[in-house]
Amino acid sequence: MSEKVLLDYGSGGKASQRLIRDIFLKHLGNPGLNRLDDAALIQDISGPLAVSTDTFTIFPLFFPGGDIGSLAVHGTVNDVAMLGAEPRYLSCAFLLEEGLDMQDLDRIAASMGRAAAECGVQVITGDTKVVPRGAADKMFINTTGIGKVIADPAPSGSRAEPGDAVLISGTLGDHGLAILTYRQGLKFETDIQSDSQALNSLTSRLIREVGDVHVLRDPTRGGLATTLNEIASQSGCEILLQEDQVPVRREVQGGCSFLGLDPLYLANEGKFICILPEDLTIKALEVMRSHPAGRDAALIGHVREGQKGRVVLRTSLGGHRLLDMLEGEQLPRIC
Amino acid sequence: MSLSNEFRDPDLCRNLLEQIQHLADTPFRFMEVCGTHTVSIFQSGIKSLLPENISHLSGPGCPVCVTHDSEVNTFLALAKEDVLLVTFGDLMRVPGSRGKTLKAAQADGARVNVVYSAFDALQLALANPSQNVVFLAVGFETTAPTVAATLKVAAQQQVDNFFVLPMHKLVPPALQALASDPEIRVDGLLLPGHVSTIIGLEPYMFLAGDYNIPAVISGFEPLDILQSILILLRMHKEKSSAVINNYKRAVADQGNPRAMEVMQEVFKPVNTAWRGLGDIPASGLSLREKYQNFDAREKFNPAPLHTESNPGCKCGQVLKGKILPPQCPLFASVCTPAEPVGPCMVSTEGSCAAFFKYSL
Repeated sequence: MSEKVLLDYGSGGKASQRLIRDIFLKHLGNPGLNRLDDAALIQDISGPLAVSTDTFTIFPLFFPGGDIGSLAVHGTVNDVAMLGAEPRYLSCAFLLEEGLDMQDLDRIAASMGRAAAECGVQVITGDTKVVPRGAADKMFINTTGIGKVIADPAPSGSRAEPGDAVLISGTLGDHGLAILTYRQGLKFETDIQSDSQALNSLTSRLIREVGDVHVLRDPTRGGLATTLNEIASQSGCEILLQEDQVPVRREVQGGCSFLGLDPLYLANEGKFICILPEDLTIKALEVMRSHPAGRDAALIGHVREGQKGRVVLRTSLGGHRLLDMLEGEQLPRIC
Repeated sequence: MSLSNEFRDPDLCRNLLEQIQHLADTPFRFMEVCGTHTVSIFQSGIKSLLPENISHLSGPGCPVCVTHDSEVNTFLALAKEDVLLVTFGDLMRVPGSRGKTLKAAQADGARVNVVYSAFDALQLALANPSQNVVFLAVGFETTAPTVAATLKVAAQQQVDNFFVLPMHKLVPPALQALASDPEIRVDGLLLPGHVSTIIGLEPYMFLAGDYNIPAVISGFEPLDILQSILILLRMHKEKSSAVINNYKRAVADQGNPRAMEVMQEVFKPVNTAWRGLGDIPASGLSLREKYQNFDAREKFNPAPLHTESNPGCKCGQVLKGKILPPQCPLFASVCTPAEPVGPCMVSTEGSCAAFFKYSL
């Protein structure tokens, strides 16, 4: 194999087959994928299914705590899980830029394979395209996930009810700040790692052991603040968030205050919001904290009648203010 | 970084709030002139906790907000040249006279890079020797010395593809303009912590001496701000006025003489136009002769097409503390963070954006 990805590898001919065999089947292979048919045959799941698709583009491809490959698995697995489903299968499409380092592609495919195995999902169909240099930035990955819904009714952003408790599975802002600081070459006393991780085993346990979960949502782009606004708006209620209960790592808080960023708006790739009746709070927190993906879980707020679609933050000092959606991207400020 | 939590202690803050409450038996208007103070006051909830008698005004403290239309139009004109524009992020969304922004220019093909410092811009110039690189130099005395130091390095290394568009503003002349405006009634000024680390205490002395306005240099944590408000309030009650450094952990009374020296070596004060405040003598910085070959205006002679202000925008009056953002007829209707008309809505540190984003 060449050391770089060549346009030939997207031709559909022998070069493509070598790429599929030597990289993708090596790391992602399973009986379904190995058949190499035009479509994957799924015979073992039925009933309500959840499907979600996402396309991943990130600079840099490798970052502290993950890479585009693990992110492409976790991101879609988590989206499927947020519907109260157990993700089972993934499709995976690669868009590669001519000249991409073959070693990088191999590392990323290997990372995807490990991530998929950890989440208990199989990649059963895929596609590869190679575009001329400059037509894409190194590599884009699309994954689509499919899973069986185990919650009845399925959790939804429109099911938050006044009186519900709002929980978060862990610390906020880690991924967003890790990417930003790494990209800018900024160093802090402690290295900040992305929180990219799969959440499906924890959400499955919550649904099986706690039951009546109204909302599951992972606060990715736009962060906690934006996602809570979406939920408040979809459910037609107000959410009151307690600032001093929101878990944020000290180094993330410090980095944010240095850069003029707000951790409540930074992306997360391994956390979820869980909204459920208040009397289930203790049980839910027990389940979450007993799982590695939910060790720092906390009760952070409540749903109330209030003004529809609004999120109010009670600050650590006891003041109240609006917690609005993110407008565009957060930009470094001038001083 | 570890300092920050101690300065957010809720119990200590509540104690200060009680003392403020106790003293605030008559109306008291204070103004901050630093965007970071604006955000901190809203973000921490201090705004919602201050007694009704205390009014908080946001003055001309956000570098983006005071950047004049003509300057915005100038850098938008530069975006059409064959240059790599390098800027702090805040400027990306500032609309020029016809609503055009650097973001839109970027989508049209202009090359714009966002950086955290002027040195990053110089690095880009060194890495791309065949490309002219222009750094958009906005900011107050906090930023100007770093730009000056960068230019000194560029001069030493004889870099010939690096330019700056100087749009710096100086804080004391703007305060002088505010203090001498009979229409502006402020009972106390919260002075900017970052700017003061450079200029120190002395340049503010006229506030107390000539205008009897109490003024306190403040840090940015809730405890800093509440304590500074309390000091202002006490002076107001006692009808005394002084300029006090309440941010001694970062600000030396004499400032940072080395930074001032570098700034003065590279730049000289010039008259400049501030949005809202108009022309203020010796309130801007232009390059001294020795450094004029780095001036993007000289090199590219960008011709801004339109300099008329956006009609209806009351950013100017907001910046002077004459009206609060919601009193502007465009606020939250025509002018929102999604489609800002004026710069006070663009910058995250602008008072209109802060009102829009945080007020219940």
